[in-house]
Amino acid sequence: MINLEEIKSFLLDYSGPEIKLMEVCGTHTSTIVKSGIRSLLSKNIKLVSGPGCPVCVTGSRYIDEAVKFAFSKDYTVLSFGDLLRVPGNEMSLSEAKALGGSVEIVYSPMEAAEKAINNPEKNYVLAAVGFETTIPAYALLLDNLIECKISNVKLLTSLKSIGPALDWLCENESDIDGFIAPGHVASVTGVSVYRLLAEKYRKPFTVAGFEAEHILVAIYDLVMQIVKGRYEVHNLYKSIVSDKGNEKAMEIIGKYFELSSAYWRGMGIIDSSGYTVRENYRDYGIEIPVREEEISNKSKGCRCGEVITGKIEPYECALFGKGCSSTNPVGPCMVSHEGTCGIYYSMYG
Amino acid sequence: MGNSQKITMVHGSGGSATRKLIQDLFHKYFQNDALDKMEDAAVLDISSEKIAYTTDSFVVTPIFFQGGDIGKLAVCGTLNDLLVMGAEPKYLSAGFILEEGMDIRDLEEIIKSMALTAEESGVKIVAGDTKVIEGSGGIYINTSGIGLINHKPFHTSNVKPGDAVIVSGPLGNHHACILSHRMNIKNAISSDCAYLGEMVQNLIKANIEIKAMRDVTRGGLATVLNEIAESSNTTINLTESSIPVDPEVKSFCDILGLDPLYMANEGKIVCFVSREDAEKALSIIKNSRFGEKAAIIAEVSERENVPVTVTTRIGGKRILNVLQGEGLPRIC
Repeated sequence: MINLEEIKSFLLDYSGPEIKLMEVCGTHTSTIVKSGIRSLLSKNIKLVSGPGCPVCVTGSRYIDEAVKFAFSKDYTVLSFGDLLRVPGNEMSLSEAKALGGSVEIVYSPMEAAEKAINNPEKNYVLAAVGFETTIPAYALLLDNLIECKISNVKLLTSLKSIGPALDWLCENESDIDGFIAPGHVASVTGVSVYRLLAEKYRKPFTVAGFEAEHILVAIYDLVMQIVKGRYEVHNLYKSIVSDKGNEKAMEIIGKYFELSSAYWRGMGIIDSSGYTVRENYRDYGIEIPVREEEISNKSKGCRCGEVITGKIEPYECALFGKGCSSTNPVGPCMVSHEGTCGIYYSMYG
Repeated sequence: MGNSQKITMVHGSGGSATRKLIQDLFHKYFQNDALDKMEDAAVLDISSEKIAYTTDSFVVTPIFFQGGDIGKLAVCGTLNDLLVMGAEPKYLSAGFILEEGMDIRDLEEIIKSMALTAEESGVKIVAGDTKVIEGSGGIYINTSGIGLINHKPFHTSNVKPGDAVIVSGPLGNHHACILSHRMNIKNAISSDCAYLGEMVQNLIKANIEIKAMRDVTRGGLATVLNEIAESSNTTINLTESSIPVDPEVKSFCDILGLDPLYMANEGKIVCFVSREDAEKALSIIKNSRFGEKAAIIAEVSERENVPVTVTTRIGGKRILNVLQGEGLPRIC
């Protein structure tokens, strides 16, 4: 058995070939930055952040659609707080609210049902953004809406599956040597998705928890695998993540949603990477036709797409801390508390 | 005063209703030579060449919370501001802005709480004012305070490499308490709202040379340490594992993604002393009221390229920035 001190000295003294690891989840990024993990690694071990912040990978056109609903006299948009300040091509939902648009903040999808019952004269559009971690909650909402015959809520969906995005990254960013797999998503999906990717691209995946020690051990595990030429999937978060994941959650996702192609900021359109409301429940969903997006003039210079795909660190973007800050975000990665730029800015600003 | 009476615009008219409010409430609880004269200004005998003078306004919501209320906060907040300058607080003024609809029973509780806190602190409330505005039953309090300075004032520029940094107790309690109330979360987290006069007096009496002292309020410890490092042109190196945080506050922060280093406190000071004085000062603070969980948390070094660094629990090193973006509004 190796202890934590030995792991730390191994990682600091590592002098083999340069290794680039991606932490996919925004919460992992936060722990890494807050715990000063980079200062404990040899310069030959590089960590880059991935697409694991749902708000960050959402395209600007989605925000534009939500803003349109906010200004249409028939609808009120319900949104989580961190989506509110994400800039669209014209404006963010919070700017729309300030200009008289109808926008309300919710803290859980179920609040939409409560509001709909209490205000039957209103029509609500819930901005439904998230990965497999939050999609079951949207599915439960649909369950509730149908059971209680509530018809004045619709989901404007930008729901995504992290697996296909990792597939895209393995295919297109081949210099990433291994992945710290997102623990929360894995607790729902299970680890089989990572096995397929590990086999296909011969890269190791390690599922990690969210304490600093968990991450250090995961980095050690990945480095050892890479050094030994292995590409296995190791689950170091067994207290939460089982092999099969949460079958009930996956079942209810499957009941209401189906996979479809989706647009990801920084990666473009990826097949079968989004979830939309199934045909038989279409009355509860609003879909935006998928198409490629350009960066608008308003966000000129924003390099969120490159941050999300691990190509650059936030401070390599010329706007970081200058034109773009947490009080005046240009791109989504600066807005969300899971966004890489926002996390870096709060620490190093 | 009846139990269900509310403040109305008439109470702010300056006429008989105003006088009755002052007599039945303010005068009932705030009594001293200077105030009892009911003149336009208090006349004070000051036996010191230098005074410290400060003002602060309090807009906290909710007005009653676990461990305190807006009145206690308004007294302790201003007194602690005087204390950390090395002054002995003596006099306070209190200005009240009441919104129409304010419950008079609540107002009485707040006034009682202010009177009690002032008395316990050995301070007199010698001037006051009340205004009523339209609104929905809120209350805002401004207090100004005068303290006597009888020795070398503390100043952040006195901080030198080698000094030790002591925090007087666990961080984040006030912030977590207010946030719990607002989010309707039931827990046992209590605000740390307190006057720290005894603690500071004990340090002075023991001849500890206090280089600098600050109360750790909005913006949290991170912001205060950055300001001191900047003004003394030093770097402060924090040791994460030594920073006291109550377990319940830590769990609360973990769930909500908050960092106690950026959270507001209302009864915490950081104190800079020489390395030689550090252990003695710590023991004095620990033996004073509200100081039992104090700890030495950092040391000062020559200026490096950043003002404040943290050695994390796992031995990593990172920069500690000032609070970016918005903190929690109406926390004090």
